[in-house]
Amino acid sequence: MSQAATPSLLPLELRGVTFRHRDQTLLQPLDLRLERDGKTMIMGPNGAGKSLLMRICHGLLQPTAGSVRWAGAGATPETVRRRQAMVFQRPVMLRRSALANVRYALSVQGVAGSECRRRADEAIEHFGLQAIAQRPARVLSGGEQQRLALARAWALRPEILFMDEPTSALDPAAIRAVEEAVRTFHADGVRIVMNTHDLGQARRLADEVIFLVNGRLVERAPVDDFFERPRTREAAAFVQGELVW
Amino acid sequence: MENAFLAAFRLIVEMDPVLVGIVTLSLQVSLTAVLLASAIALPLGAAIALWRFPGRGAVIVFLNALMGLPPVVAGLMVYLLLSRAGPLGEFGLLFTPTAMVIAQMVLILPIVAALSRQVIEELWEEYREQLQSLGVTRLRAIPTLLWDARFSLVTVVLAGFGRASAEVGAVLIVGGNISGVTRVMTTAIALETSMGNLALALGLGIILLLLVATVNGLAYVIGETARRRLG
Repeated sequence: MSQAATPSLLPLELRGVTFRHRDQTLLQPLDLRLERDGKTMIMGPNGAGKSLLMRICHGLLQPTAGSVRWAGAGATPETVRRRQAMVFQRPVMLRRSALANVRYALSVQGVAGSECRRRADEAIEHFGLQAIAQRPARVLSGGEQQRLALARAWALRPEILFMDEPTSALDPAAIRAVEEAVRTFHADGVRIVMNTHDLGQARRLADEVIFLVNGRLVERAPVDDFFERPRTREAAAFVQGELVW
Repeated sequence: MENAFLAAFRLIVEMDPVLVGIVTLSLQVSLTAVLLASAIALPLGAAIALWRFPGRGAVIVFLNALMGLPPVVAGLMVYLLLSRAGPLGEFGLLFTPTAMVIAQMVLILPIVAALSRQVIEELWEEYREQLQSLGVTRLRAIPTLLWDARFSLVTVVLAGFGRASAEVGAVLIVGGNISGVTRVMTTAIALETSMGNLALALGLGIILLLLVATVNGLAYVIGETARRRLG
């Protein structure tokens, strides 16, 4: 990736970010700063607000109070949209070939002609999707679609990648492929922010863990500390696989 | 009656020039109306699906209501517009095929707009976050969604064509059913039946039925194969 020379979007600063919906506070006032490097796992029980927090970070949702600010020197309205990517739990593919899906994403960002074709081919190859490049994307298996979604995100050369439980609907082989892809992104210098339910996956991939319960940030710690020496009762119960309220 | 059926089949098999002329004009008028109406109504339906604006609900209800617009009323409206004393009277379009195209467009436009609005809104629900994440603007999303919904929209457009080719009232009022100029299948059937010329009426009726059946068959086949192949 070629971001080394260009000024970064990051850090991302959330100040007092709150999200209310119909008299329910889904996210309590929350301060968070995401630095330039690393792999952050957002963890917590169902309904903790993990996906919500990620959508607010990515800009898909506006917080009802508080501010989200890309504080890096390279952050302009234009770069903020273009230099971040997101992979969803269920990838959405357009009714066209796998390869055409990657090209579409590039063309939206103004990459055209031979440059567009070259980068799309490169991404398909990088994720080992050559055999299915010409197949209609929507009839691919869940695992293949998720790898395609990762290839599409990779082609965009993002500086930060958000992943919302990308493996929760996949079989073990596909999960391995996605985890491998996460390492690929990381090796390319991409900042990773990922939601997961899977304790083992968090241990394998994370540098640090952000732990939410009921829309509240309860604990933020390096991964080893979080699993070996949780500071809160909720986190201790969670890492032991107990239900947390 | 039996004789009328035989005569009708003879007219069809022998490609009777009067019958061929009427069928050709019918297809020209209805196909033109469908193409022009769809060119407006598809993007319009998509835009209503994607944008939230004050009065949007009223617009949707209005469009849905217009789907049931009686053809004679549509014909009357276009007649008033195009008649000599009307606002567009100076163009002298009344009792021409152009007037019939306009009247049929008035009938088709709400159907295509209302149904495509539904189709696109459902698809947008599914695509919205992904497209926003990719940085797709709403304006850019319109052609993307129209293309991705293309198989459902073929059915929508064919529904419009079915409505256009089957209606009598509108084309009768604004076309005048002038032999060789504005006489189409439905108006001819009405006239020939009332004059007792059952052979021609039946012949045209059979062709009209076949046409509608073919159109519906096509819509079904396109929809099914597309869903199987492209998911």
